[in-house]
Amino acid sequence: MNPASLAALRPDEDSKLVREIVTPEGIPLRFTLARAGDRAGAFVLDMLLQIIVIVVISFALSRAVGGEGSWLTAVIVILTFLLMNFYFAFFEVRWQGTTPGKRKIGIRVIDARGGQLETSAVLARNLIRELEVWTPLRFLLASQLVWPEAPGWARLFAGAWAFVFLFMPVFNKDRLRVGDMIAGTRVVMQPKVVLVPDLVEEAAAAPLYAPAGMKPAAAYTFSDAQLGIYGIYELQVLEGVLRTNPGDASHFEAIRTVSEKVRQKIRYVAQVVDDERFLRDFYAAQRAHLEQKMLFGQRRQDKYAK
Amino acid sequence: MQAATITAPRQMRSVEFRKEREATWQALEDLIATADKRGLRTLSAEQLARLPHLYRATLSSLSVARSISLDRALTHYLENLVGRAYFVVYGTRQHLRRQLSEFFLWKLPSTIRAARWHILASAIVTIAAAIAAFQLTWADMDYYYAFVGDMAQGRTPASSTAELRDGLYHTESGSGGLATFAASLFSHNSRIGILAFATGFVAGLPTLFLLFYNGLVLGAFAALFHSRGLGVDLWAWMLPHGVTELTAVVLCGAAGFQLAHALVFPGARTRMDSLREHGRSAAVIVIGSVGMLFFAGMIEGIFRQTVTSIPIRFTVAGTTAAWWIYYFGFVGRSRDRQDAVEREAASRVAFQRGKLAELSPQMSGQIEVAR
Repeated sequence: MNPASLAALRPDEDSKLVREIVTPEGIPLRFTLARAGDRAGAFVLDMLLQIIVIVVISFALSRAVGGEGSWLTAVIVILTFLLMNFYFAFFEVRWQGTTPGKRKIGIRVIDARGGQLETSAVLARNLIRELEVWTPLRFLLASQLVWPEAPGWARLFAGAWAFVFLFMPVFNKDRLRVGDMIAGTRVVMQPKVVLVPDLVEEAAAAPLYAPAGMKPAAAYTFSDAQLGIYGIYELQVLEGVLRTNPGDASHFEAIRTVSEKVRQKIRYVAQVVDDERFLRDFYAAQRAHLEQKMLFGQRRQDKYAK
Repeated sequence: MQAATITAPRQMRSVEFRKEREATWQALEDLIATADKRGLRTLSAEQLARLPHLYRATLSSLSVARSISLDRALTHYLENLVGRAYFVVYGTRQHLRRQLSEFFLWKLPSTIRAARWHILASAIVTIAAAIAAFQLTWADMDYYYAFVGDMAQGRTPASSTAELRDGLYHTESGSGGLATFAASLFSHNSRIGILAFATGFVAGLPTLFLLFYNGLVLGAFAALFHSRGLGVDLWAWMLPHGVTELTAVVLCGAAGFQLAHALVFPGARTRMDSLREHGRSAAVIVIGSVGMLFFAGMIEGIFRQTVTSIPIRFTVAGTTAAWWIYYFGFVGRSRDRQDAVEREAASRVAFQRGKLAELSPQMSGQIEVAR
């Protein structure tokens, strides 16, 4: 397995998309900007919800008043207006920067400087949707209504307009849509991460895997010289390998390749029966070694570090 | 190669550390899950009191983990947990009623006072367009078609004076139709207003166009009715809602100009900083205008269609004008002064912090905590 594909196993996000916020306590927190696909997905979910709400309420109202009366139309007109323009703002204010769609996808609106998400910022970023989404959409879908006898070029222009603003987030490094620029906000990923068991603890527990007919091996041991070869980067790549799809065929395949590579690199001559066990022991020993070094102020970033 | 074995995991500090603190993290996670699911205000007083403690403890765990642990899964988890807790702890916790009262009693009138030059510009564009259209149409009624188009049903130079007069005093019975009319007026006008603001982002040219066009229609309309001796009747018809509606449109235009100004001439700040500040205040203005348009829609759709007496129409117009002058001119003034004092103090602190940050980055962090 070459280093490039090893790096792919690392659960690290694209470092270009990571933004740092310093909390008032003085501790930097890292946030990863949301990807365009996630944002589009959240938007679509929210739109579906809005449509459902309008349909359900209209239906319920018309049933309640017996399908008669233009008060009903008035209520629906106002409701549609309010939903289209204030749905997002309402939730983002009340749910600390999330909407039902955003929550489902796991993204959140934050203040670019890490301060409180102000109500005026939320309003600003969402009112701009009129320019970004609704107007171009109206032109594309119902240009006869907006501008009777619109020539073809006008329709084309509206399409181009929609395109420019819709894809704005892809064109700038902070993934900002126009609303985010005006309000000074960012959209970041914030999925729920669960705490998984420590690999070191697991390694100490029961024997994991042994080929048929062989006894699980005793713990593998390593010398200081052997532990001095790799650095933090390699350790964490190894962590990624150990944690990726356990129990899967591809997992065993990866384990075998990596184990071979490691043994070669650290010149481990003794026979290895159980590759998984070997790597877990190596991980535990290597981490203990590197953490010990860290206590003395030495952070060995990777195998190239002196 | 001798075997100096290091295989006693229980002695690893990072493992011990995790065992000691895990319960705290779990407690914080549960608290956040509850707050996310049912809202912050469903937390009991005791839970609310624990939240900042758990948050700080977990934050300190994160910084410890960063310095002693190489378990990526652990630091990743803590980073995520603290990030989520951060927004709960420092998020807005103001009651909606409180926020609304602050918005209407201070924020909105104050923001509008601060935007007076943009409002003036926006008003001048509208009035200039109206005067120009009035003059042109007065001289040659054909201009009416150019400015207004054929949209004004039955109100063109081709209509007879009696027809025009009827249009101004037309009343409708059956409140249902009126409500729909008012609602569509409101939603249409608001959309135009929001668009006038949003297109400020395109250097404000569409905003300018929208305002100018609005003025042209107004001027041409006035010229038509004045030429038939229906001037007083027209203004009695238009002003009760027009005072509010035209003001709202001018305000939306001002918001668009503010945005364009921030974008094109950011001054000493970066373009982004400048946009950020003015974009927010422009949004406040637009929200206020949408409220005004709702009010105007009610007058236009309901009051105007049922009341035809000229003195009453003018009284209503005068009252709304007086109200808006009072509201935008005087409401929340004392809070303005208080805010100015606070802001000066804050900028002094920021200045000192900036100076300290040059000397030592760590000190500035401490000031932040102390504040």
